[in-house]
Amino acid sequence: METSGHAWDAIETLLTSEALGVLSTEKKGRPYASLVAVAASDDFKHLLFATPRTTRKYGNLTANPWVALLVNNSRNLAQDIYGALSVTALGTAETLEGSDREALLEIYLKRHPHLKSFAGAPTNALVRVDVERYILVSRFQNVTEVEVVP
Amino acid sequence: MKFFLPLEEVREEDRLRVGGKAFALARLHLKGIRVPTTFCIPCEVFEAYLSRTRLRDRILLEINRKAFDQMRWEELWDVSLRVRNFFLTTPLPGEILEPLAAEVEEYCGERPFAVRSSAPGEDDEQTSFAGLHESFLNVRGADSVLKHVKLVWASLYSDAALLYRKELQLDISTSSMAVIVQELIPAERSGVFFGIDPSNSAQSVLESVYGLNQGLVDGDIEPDRWMLDRASGKILSHQKARREQYAVPDKEGVSFKDLPQDRRSSPPVNEAEIGEVWKTGREIEALAHRPQDMEWCYQEGRLVVLQSRAVTSSGFKDTDDKRPWYLSLHRSYENLNKLHDRIENQLIPEMVLDAEKMRQTRLGELSAAALAREIEKRQEITDRWNRVYWAEFIPFAHGIRLFGQLYNDAVRPEDPYEFMRLLEKTNLKSLERNRLLEELARRVQEDAALKKVLAGGEQAPPDSPFGKLLQEFVSRFGDLACQTSGAGECRQGSDAVVRLVLEYARKPSPPPQEGRSDVRELEERFLQGFSDEKKAFAKDILRLGRASYRLRDDDNIHLGRIESGLFEAVREARSRLSDPGELPEDLEKLSSLPALARDQDSSEASKKAVPPRSQAPWIQARQVVGQPAGPGIARGRARVVTRPEDLLDFKQGEVLICKAVDPNMTFVVPLAAAVVEERGGMLIHGAIIAREYGLPCVTGAPDITGLVQTGDLVTVDGFLGIVTRDAGESEME
Repeated sequence: METSGHAWDAIETLLTSEALGVLSTEKKGRPYASLVAVAASDDFKHLLFATPRTTRKYGNLTANPWVALLVNNSRNLAQDIYGALSVTALGTAETLEGSDREALLEIYLKRHPHLKSFAGAPTNALVRVDVERYILVSRFQNVTEVEVVP
Repeated sequence: MKFFLPLEEVREEDRLRVGGKAFALARLHLKGIRVPTTFCIPCEVFEAYLSRTRLRDRILLEINRKAFDQMRWEELWDVSLRVRNFFLTTPLPGEILEPLAAEVEEYCGERPFAVRSSAPGEDDEQTSFAGLHESFLNVRGADSVLKHVKLVWASLYSDAALLYRKELQLDISTSSMAVIVQELIPAERSGVFFGIDPSNSAQSVLESVYGLNQGLVDGDIEPDRWMLDRASGKILSHQKARREQYAVPDKEGVSFKDLPQDRRSSPPVNEAEIGEVWKTGREIEALAHRPQDMEWCYQEGRLVVLQSRAVTSSGFKDTDDKRPWYLSLHRSYENLNKLHDRIENQLIPEMVLDAEKMRQTRLGELSAAALAREIEKRQEITDRWNRVYWAEFIPFAHGIRLFGQLYNDAVRPEDPYEFMRLLEKTNLKSLERNRLLEELARRVQEDAALKKVLAGGEQAPPDSPFGKLLQEFVSRFGDLACQTSGAGECRQGSDAVVRLVLEYARKPSPPPQEGRSDVRELEERFLQGFSDEKKAFAKDILRLGRASYRLRDDDNIHLGRIESGLFEAVREARSRLSDPGELPEDLEKLSSLPALARDQDSSEASKKAVPPRSQAPWIQARQVVGQPAGPGIARGRARVVTRPEDLLDFKQGEVLICKAVDPNMTFVVPLAAAVVEERGGMLIHGAIIAREYGLPCVTGAPDITGLVQTGDLVTVDGFLGIVTRDAGESEME
C-alpha cells in the first residue's frame, strides 16, 4: 500500500518518466481506447496531448468531454504484474485555443520536442485534461485514490 | 544438457553450476579424502524446470505480492508453503523427467541415498546457508529421489532462506539451486567438527553420537562434546552425554532407537579417532583457507567426510529484525512431543491454578499492605507466564507447520492450506467462551422483560437463571474489557459482558454447521499417503498439529485470565488511592508500586497508539492487498479497533479492522461480517477464529487501521485477500 506521500511521488514519477498513455473516450455508449503522447503541467493538475481533429478520439471527446487516461511503466515482462506501477487520471478534456494553447504547447514540446511539426500543424488540436482524480495501482492490486484540488 | 554429474567429473569451472557443497566435496575427493559416492544435478536442470513450466513467474508473483520488509515471519512461512506446493504439484516436463529418471535409476538403483541442497554461493568463504535448505536422508528409487529433488529445489524459497538472501542482498529472482544425490552411509558413529570454537578462537569443538548424524544436527540426541586445542588437537575437556538413543535408517527416512546398554557407558569415538577427525578438519582448512564446520561418520572403522563448509557466524548481526528468531523456532517431531506433554500436563494446569487462586482472593478485604504484597505477587506471576509464553508456547505453535508440511507432501493438494480443515473445530477455549455468550444472548432473545431490564441499564437479579449464568461467565472468563492487552482502564464487573450479550441477541441465528464427513475423507486421504508402518507416525503428527492449533489459542485465554487478575488488583489499589478514608502510609505503600505506574503507562500508550489521520485527506486508499486468510466475501461498515475499549462498541454486522486480533478480543468475532488485520499470516489468531466461524478474513493488510475509518463501507474479499473501501459520496458521476 502506498502511503499518501509515496502515492503522490509515484504519480509524479510516472507522469514525468513515461511518454505514452492510453486515452479512453466514449460516444453514444461506445468506449474507445487510443495511444497518445502525454505531458503533465508543473503542478500535475493537468495532462496534455495532441491529436488531429479528424480522429475518432477527438470526435468522441467533443461529444463527451469525460475521459480516462492511463499511464504505466510495464515492460511486457511477467514481473510487470507486481513490479509495474500504473496511474489512471479521470477528468474532462478541453481543446486549447489562443494564448492558452501557446503557453501549454511550450510545455508539451519540452516533453516531446520530436512532435513539433505534428503538434504545431493547423489541423491538430492540443487538448488539456483537467484531472479530478488520480488512481494509482501498485503491486498488482493496491489501489490509492488521489483527489486533485482544482 | 548433462543431468547427472558424478563428483569425479566436476571441474574448477563448474563451481557455479554445481553449487558450493558439491564443489567442496569434489575438491576433497580430488585430494584423496574419503567422501560418499556423490552425483550432482546441476543448476541448469533447475532453471530448465522453472522456465519450461513457467514456475519462476508464479514464484516471483507470490514473493512480490507484498513489500518484503512489510512481511512478518508468519507471512514468510505462508509464502514458502505456497511456493513449496507449486513444486509439489508441478510435474517435471517429459524432456527433463525421462533422461533424469533413467540416469538416477542406472546409478542409484534401489540403494538408499541422501538428497541435499547445493546452492551456488552456499558454503563458500563468505556465506554459509547451513540449515536453510532442506536435506533428505534414506531416499530410495528414482520416483522418490526425484520427488525429493523437487523439495530441495523448493527449499531455495524456504522462509529462512528468503530472509537470509535479503540480509545478504542476494537476488531472489536469480537464485538457483543444484542438488547432490549422495550414497547414504549406514554410519555406526557420526558427528560434527568445528575447526574454530566461535566463543574461543584457540579451541576446536567435536561432537559425536552413535548412529546417523540426523539426531545430533536436529538437536534430538544429545552428543558427547570435546573441546580441543585448535593448534595441537589435544583434548582439553570432555562433556559426557546421557547416551540413550541413536538414529538409524528406517525403511524410508530415519528413526530413533534405544541404544544397547553396552554402548551407553562408552563415548562414540576414542582418543585416536578424535585425533583423526581433528587432523582431517585441519587438512580441509588448509585447502579451503578457512576453519571448517565438518560433518563426518565412521563406517567399518574408516572416517568418511559427509560435508564440509567454512565456519561462519550468524548472518544477522546487530539487527532489530526479530524475524530470524522466529524462523529459528523450527522444531523436530521429538522436540514438539516433549513440549506438548509439558504444556498440556504441567504448564496449563499450573496456569489455571494460578488464575483460580487469584480469583478466590477477596481483594476488598485485604489491608493496604497485604494488597501491595498481592499486587507484587501477581506481577511476578504475570511476568513468569509471559516468559513461558515466549519460551515454550510460541515454539509449540510450530506443530501446525510440521503437520501442514507432512500433509502437503503426502496429499499434494491444490490448496496448500487444505490441511487446516483437519485442525479446525477442536474445541478452542475462546469458542467455549463465545458459546456461553450465545447462550446468554439466547435467553435475552426469549425473554422480552429481561431484555427491557438490561437495555435500560439495570441488572438482572443475581439469583435468576440469567444472573447465575452471567456470574458463571464472569468467573470463568473474567471481565472481558480488562483482559485485552494494554487495557489501562477496565469497565467494572459484568457491565461490559451485558452490553455484549445484548449485541449478540441482535444477531440472527447462525446457519447450521457443516458436517464432519468431508474432514473424515481428508483424514483418510492423508493417511493413504503413508505406508502401513508410517501410518501411526502420521496419525501422531495430526494429533500434535491439532494440539498445537488448540493450544495456540487456549494458552492466550489462560494468560489473559492471569493478566486480568493483575489488572483487578491494580484497579482495587487505584480505588483505594482515591478513598479519603485510607491512611497516608497505606497510600504511600500502594502508590509506590511499580505495577501501578506501569499500568498508567500502558493506558497512556494505548491512547497514543491511535494512528494519526492522514495529513492529506484527499488521498484515500481504495483497495488494499493483504493475504487471503479465510474464504468468502462480505460487505459492511468498518469498526476500527485500536484500543481495547473500542471492542465494546462493536455492532453486529460490522467488519472488524485491527492491528492484531488477540485471542482475548475474539468475543466480538461472532458479531463480525468479516475480519481484517494488519498482522499477516494464515495461522494467526484472527484467521483461525474467522475460519472457525466461516467468516471472510484478510490478514497482513498494511496500515489498514490508518487507511480505513470506523463507519466506512468496506468489502472484504477473503478469496483474493483484498479489502476495498467504497468510494461513497465522493465517487464521480
